Amino acid sequence: MNRQKRRTGRRHPLATVALLAIGLVFTGGAYAALSAGTTAQAEADSTSQQTIEEGKKLFQANCATCHGLSAEGTDTGPSLVGVGAAAVDFQVGTGRMPMQMQGPQAQEKPVQFTDEQVKQLAYYVASLGPGPDIPDDHLVNGGGDAANGAELFRINCAMCHNVAGAGGALTEGKFAPPLTDVSGVHIYEAMVTGPQNMPVFNDLNISPEDKRDIITYLKYVQDNRSPGGFELGSLGPVAEGLFIWIFGLGAIVAITVWITAKSN
Amino acid sequence: MSTASPTTGTPKRSFTTSAAVYVNERTSIAGFVKELGRKAFPDHWSFLLGEVALFSFVVILISGTFLTFFFQASMAEVHYDGSYVPLKGVEMSVAMASTLDISFDIRGGLFVRQMHHWAALLFVAAIGLHMLRIYFTGAFRKPREFNWVIGFTLFILAMAEGFTGYSLPDDLLSGNGLRIIDGLVKGIPVIGTWTSFLIFGGEFPGTQIVGRLYSLHIMILPALVIAFIALHLVFVVVHKHTQYAGPGKTPQNAVGPPILPIYAAKAGGFFFIIFGVLALIAALFTINPIWNYGPYDPSPVSAGTQPDWYIGFADGALRLIPPGWEFVWLDRTWSFNILVPLIAIGIFIVLVLMYPFIEAWITGDKREHHIADRPRNAPTRTAIGAAGVTFYAGLWAAASSDILATHFWLTMEGVIHALQAVVIIGPFIAYFITKRVCIALQKKDREIVLHGYESGRIVRLPGGEYIEVHEPLDEYDRWRLVSFESYAPLMIRPNARGKITAGQKFRASLSRWFFEDRIAPVTKGELESGHGEHH
Amino acid sequence: MAQDDNSGAELAAADSSHAAHASDASPGTALIVQDAFENPGFPAHRPRVTDENPQREKRAQRTVYTLFYLSILGSLWAVAAYMLFPMESNNPGDVRLNNLFIGLGAALALLALGIGIVHWGKSVMEDVELVDERHPIGGSPETQAAAVKVFTDSDRESGFTRRSVIRNSLIGAIVVFPLPALVLFRGLAPQDQLPVPLLSHTMWRKGTRLALDPSGAPIKASDVTIGSAFHVIPEGLNDLEHGKLDEKAKAAVLLMRLEPSELNELPERKDWSYDGIVAYSKICTHVGCPVALYEQHTHHLLCPCHQSQFDVANHCEVIFGPAKRPLPQLPIAIDDEGYLIAQSDFTEPVGPSFWERH
Repeated sequence: MNRQKRRTGRRHPLATVALLAIGLVFTGGAYAALSAGTTAQAEADSTSQQTIEEGKKLFQANCATCHGLSAEGTDTGPSLVGVGAAAVDFQVGTGRMPMQMQGPQAQEKPVQFTDEQVKQLAYYVASLGPGPDIPDDHLVNGGGDAANGAELFRINCAMCHNVAGAGGALTEGKFAPPLTDVSGVHIYEAMVTGPQNMPVFNDLNISPEDKRDIITYLKYVQDNRSPGGFELGSLGPVAEGLFIWIFGLGAIVAITVWITAKSN
Repeated sequence: MSTASPTTGTPKRSFTTSAAVYVNERTSIAGFVKELGRKAFPDHWSFLLGEVALFSFVVILISGTFLTFFFQASMAEVHYDGSYVPLKGVEMSVAMASTLDISFDIRGGLFVRQMHHWAALLFVAAIGLHMLRIYFTGAFRKPREFNWVIGFTLFILAMAEGFTGYSLPDDLLSGNGLRIIDGLVKGIPVIGTWTSFLIFGGEFPGTQIVGRLYSLHIMILPALVIAFIALHLVFVVVHKHTQYAGPGKTPQNAVGPPILPIYAAKAGGFFFIIFGVLALIAALFTINPIWNYGPYDPSPVSAGTQPDWYIGFADGALRLIPPGWEFVWLDRTWSFNILVPLIAIGIFIVLVLMYPFIEAWITGDKREHHIADRPRNAPTRTAIGAAGVTFYAGLWAAASSDILATHFWLTMEGVIHALQAVVIIGPFIAYFITKRVCIALQKKDREIVLHGYESGRIVRLPGGEYIEVHEPLDEYDRWRLVSFESYAPLMIRPNARGKITAGQKFRASLSRWFFEDRIAPVTKGELESGHGEHH
Repeated sequence: MAQDDNSGAELAAADSSHAAHASDASPGTALIVQDAFENPGFPAHRPRVTDENPQREKRAQRTVYTLFYLSILGSLWAVAAYMLFPMESNNPGDVRLNNLFIGLGAALALLALGIGIVHWGKSVMEDVELVDERHPIGGSPETQAAAVKVFTDSDRESGFTRRSVIRNSLIGAIVVFPLPALVLFRGLAPQDQLPVPLLSHTMWRKGTRLALDPSGAPIKASDVTIGSAFHVIPEGLNDLEHGKLDEKAKAAVLLMRLEPSELNELPERKDWSYDGIVAYSKICTHVGCPVALYEQHTHHLLCPCHQSQFDVANHCEVIFGPAKRPLPQLPIAIDDEGYLIAQSDFTEPVGPSFWERH
């Protein structure tokens, strides 16, 4: 990472235009984990050959430009062999893939495929090599121990995603997204696959039950509004300070004007 | 009054009179009431900003007293057993657990806690705004220099109150704040390591710090704040309040409604309004959700770790230092990445504290000043103020560099570099622009005095030419625009021994800097001679 | 405004006489302009609507007492809310309601009360404006002279200036007497400890296993897949009776695995990593925040407090932000059972710089 590169703003309009020109033929880009945990096994038998075939067609139409015809990777997109169904379900299921353009990181946007198509793509990629699978419902439905989840979240996740899951800044324009409306499945998949620059949290680091607890905590935060009232974006003292200056002191100055104005 | 016969005397006396006499005969308070009760208090919205601070402080005292009945300043470890599910069974200090109990197990406790914290933010913000008003209207000039110093000391004390207060719950956010203080103190040459060791009672974080901060927060600092507020108010009474220039207002009078009853009603009502606004904010908006932060643990940290707003400028100063400002010299570590922010902030504080004396020295003006300046009529002072505000604001913004980056789609590196420029170059730009704007506004005032207002009435002259009629000002409006003083740059004169000292030269150059391009108020002669020319 | 009469004229005349007694203090470089405008005196008093229109005055009175009744209502509401919105159900939603309704009641009580009082003062009370005369803050020259005399007399009588030996020894005694009090504060920290040795060592020893934070379960090298970040504490930390947080504040480590080819290790630290697994102190070398924002592709570590950035691929050297020193590296190896262990303690003090560090 040379210094020249870090100085270029990621939102430079010309850069965007240039990238768009190169990317006119893109129907999709990709940016998945270079490697993933090796523990989960793709359950080939649960998915019919037909699903995989459908997925292959979708892949070749939408993803092959960057990831190669058989997902072996190209200069513009990494190999997807061995990333597992979880990675595909996360990247495509949250709209990050296909990528609109190259940038510091893939952006969330409206999902391009139906749930069924996402699954077809996922199982096609899973068929190429073993990788983490889409988690079972009991791991992502929020039925775990919120207190344990909260502690693990603070230690492993809060430094990037903020203690309340409000998100935070990373280097060079990258950022850790807010977790306030991410589904349990996608949270789980993100942990096992480490999308973009997120580290991988394999099952020996955070066990599946611990992941379930983390999701439980996040669901608790999602489902229970703050007991204190409006959260002001859960951004902490910066939001509180701006609020008191603009709205608190602003309202009070308006009141002082009223108090000292001649009564009419 | 005290010579009146015993109260049994006159049956016609009203209850008010009887009560006043009864109290006075036991307290001799009549002289005091007579002296102060009907004092005129000049009325302007900006004169209420100090009251905002005072009343927020009263709210802080009231709500804080309630909190002391429930808060336990101990760092003994317990397993949380209260109502908040995501922390059940988690190991934490008694301080954190009792703060959670205030929030979740004592009805109305969260309300009081939030009101206390919001009031603290408002307290410091109101002091800041109050100080800006004093500065930009020159209300710090003789005889009020000491009161400026007292007020600024209160600002520092308020920040200390705030910091010691928000560190008490021993939560993750404030714990990391203390961690930063620890690192900051350790970076001070010679005494740093030992100072930190003594503050924390051993290694960081130790088991002492919350109790010590609590002593400061509820005893020493409030006592100092109350003492300084009392002193501050005594001086306000002694000096009488300043007033803005206006017809009938002179440096020798104070014009306004009497303290009793109108001012008392307005100020008393205002106290309840401030209290009410804070109650409304506390009812509706979360502040410092320690249940999200969890107990302090040296390993985790949250994205967006920031101090409360008033400490932000110091945190921002730390963030703006470029890499590599630390050296080993004479076998000791010199942490300029810490020293430079500390020294810069120290110089800034000293300059602000000393400003009244500096300006008095430059002008040599030994008279009392009771008429508040319009900021435009002291262009250099206003421009210096704008430069100071820009410097402070740059540091302050830097404390939220990461949030600026995520919310405005910027890179955090870009934000830091931009704010480095703002802090270093920004004050000069702000100074220049403000000074020009002030002078332009002064020129416009002169125009208006000389040529009157644009009336908006278009008249066709006999020759077919259209002109807009300018209405001359009446004498009251004119007075507001011409009643200011201007200063000439100091002439250097040799002293008794016929020498020009370096100090004199320095003072003269400062004086030139201040007053070289001043605009003088319109005089009668100018108006008379100007009349003929332009109409 | 425009129809000014002469009502202010007398006042103006009275005022202009003040100019004479505008103290004789030096005006410095202020310009005293001879033909400056004169203060025109007070403009005519402008009555309020409530002064002229009895109906408006009635209405203002009604508003005031209505506000006071509203305030009573608000107080009662807050009391009722205390009882009507219990929060003993482990449900934060109930706390929210309790906070909201007690707060709204109190806010109504206070705002209505305050607005009512101010409105009374503004609209109903007589619109009196007074003019106070200011006197020089220093008082009359006689008083000032008398006060100065008190001091000179007492100085002469006591000999404070004259008896310089007594005076100076007194000043000396007064300067020295707080010293014992200052020394007492040495007790703020334990007597039997010194800061520098404490700061120079952590819990890590040769052979201490790396364990997961917070569970304390030891970590096998094979658990750490490429792209992983493990938050690590020394094994045994959780069993400490005292000073657990103190030790954790120095011993917290972040464990990462990179492709060995991407690691650009210093020659003398070639054997400090294990197959691409590296362990670095989590405590920032700037002011001590935990640096744990690890980007697995750029290998950057970011401190969320002051944005220092460290490059894990290049022995954690600083690439941005106010920190100067790289994060200290913990030399690691594996034991017979495949668990990751420390080869030794850190070879330098971890955390923020301090004076005696070198």
